[in-house]
Amino acid sequence: MTQPAASAQSAAGQVLAAFEELPRLAVADLDLVRRGRFLTCDFEIGVGSTPLAVAIAAGRVASVTRGPFLLKPLAFSVRAEPDVWQRFLEPMPAPGFYDLLGMSKVGRARIEGNLVPLMGNLQYIKDLIALPRTLDRSKAHS
Amino acid sequence: MTPRFEPIIGRYLHLELSGRPQRLYVEEAGQGIPLVCLHTAGADARQFRHLLNDEAITQHYRVIAFDMPWHGKSLPPEGFEREEYRLTTAAYTGMVIDLCEAMALEKPVVMGCSIGGRVVLNLAAEHGPRFRALIGLESADYQQPWYDTEWLHRPDVHGGEVCAALVSGMMAPQSPAASRHETLWMYKSAGPGVFKGDLYFYRVDGDLRDVVAKIDTSKCPLYLLTGEYDFSCTPEDTLRTASRISGAEVTIMKQLGHFPMSENPAQFRRYIIPVLERIRSRG
Repeated sequence: MTQPAASAQSAAGQVLAAFEELPRLAVADLDLVRRGRFLTCDFEIGVGSTPLAVAIAAGRVASVTRGPFLLKPLAFSVRAEPDVWQRFLEPMPAPGFYDLLGMSKVGRARIEGNLVPLMGNLQYIKDLIALPRTLDRSKAHS
Repeated sequence: MTPRFEPIIGRYLHLELSGRPQRLYVEEAGQGIPLVCLHTAGADARQFRHLLNDEAITQHYRVIAFDMPWHGKSLPPEGFEREEYRLTTAAYTGMVIDLCEAMALEKPVVMGCSIGGRVVLNLAAEHGPRFRALIGLESADYQQPWYDTEWLHRPDVHGGEVCAALVSGMMAPQSPAASRHETLWMYKSAGPGVFKGDLYFYRVDGDLRDVVAKIDTSKCPLYLLTGEYDFSCTPEDTLRTASRISGAEVTIMKQLGHFPMSENPAQFRRYIIPVLERIRSRG
């Protein structure tokens, strides 16, 4: 295996592990849960070729499940390459990597599917996927 | 905490804009060179409260900030309930000219942010000699759209919440949380469809790529300042715009985004005070 491929695999693994912390991180943020209390839906965070199904139940993250999936009804998806997510999840992201919509504008991220639950809860979703920024950096984004 | 009043005075100005009577809320503080401040789309003049309270500025400048019709404490015009609000280049340009004339401002400086930064370019091209200087914050002749504005005003998505959530990531992560959320509050509390109506100017009617080459900075100096975290009007957008305007001066501001004056007033004043000093010293 070449060095860049190994590095990419490592980035994907770290990002997937960081997003898999969302149930624990979200339940510790009472204000976030309050703001998301009207949202119950399943959506996808895509990390390169690996989808994560994030199940939201009244603002809490009930589960994060690693794919692949077959015909799983996910309302919408937010996808980016592992190295992009890695930069997005840095505690103080650089310009161009701070905001999901900013990353979408320049093609670094893709937002697809039924966007009504996303746009109706946009700040909640943006804050939710940014929660791993608070993780210990040596574990999540080294 | 000791109760105190700020030095800002707020009044209502009655005038006609584009042939319709309007009642505009206007705040001002300070004495000296008139400095008219134009707020961003979907917000209001509260964005400039820190400038209005900054003695380093108000000792030399009469700082004036007004809420456009439909925004803040300015009402929409009579009959608004039967129309879709849409800001146009002509109406916006005329509004600034008419306000300056109504207040008898002599050679004012106009500083606008975002849509205000865009209209400043049109003011420079069409009315440059009227102004002592023009300042565009987060200003460009054109920007690539990055979402469908239909999301801003529809019954199944809360307009205020989605407007605020769309712009929240255009501020720098270094900006203080209190200032960022104050900035978002204006978006959350704006009237329905107002942000969308402002963006008609920004997205549809206000493409100034063929206009900016007419700007003569020898008749009116032009300063453009853009925050490095602004992904809507990017530093590249501003630099591209300036490359077509001989004599335009560009500053890319560190640790600031699309709302420099309100998202991080302390950081912004490090950039804007030297510009205001230069304008004053040019006489």
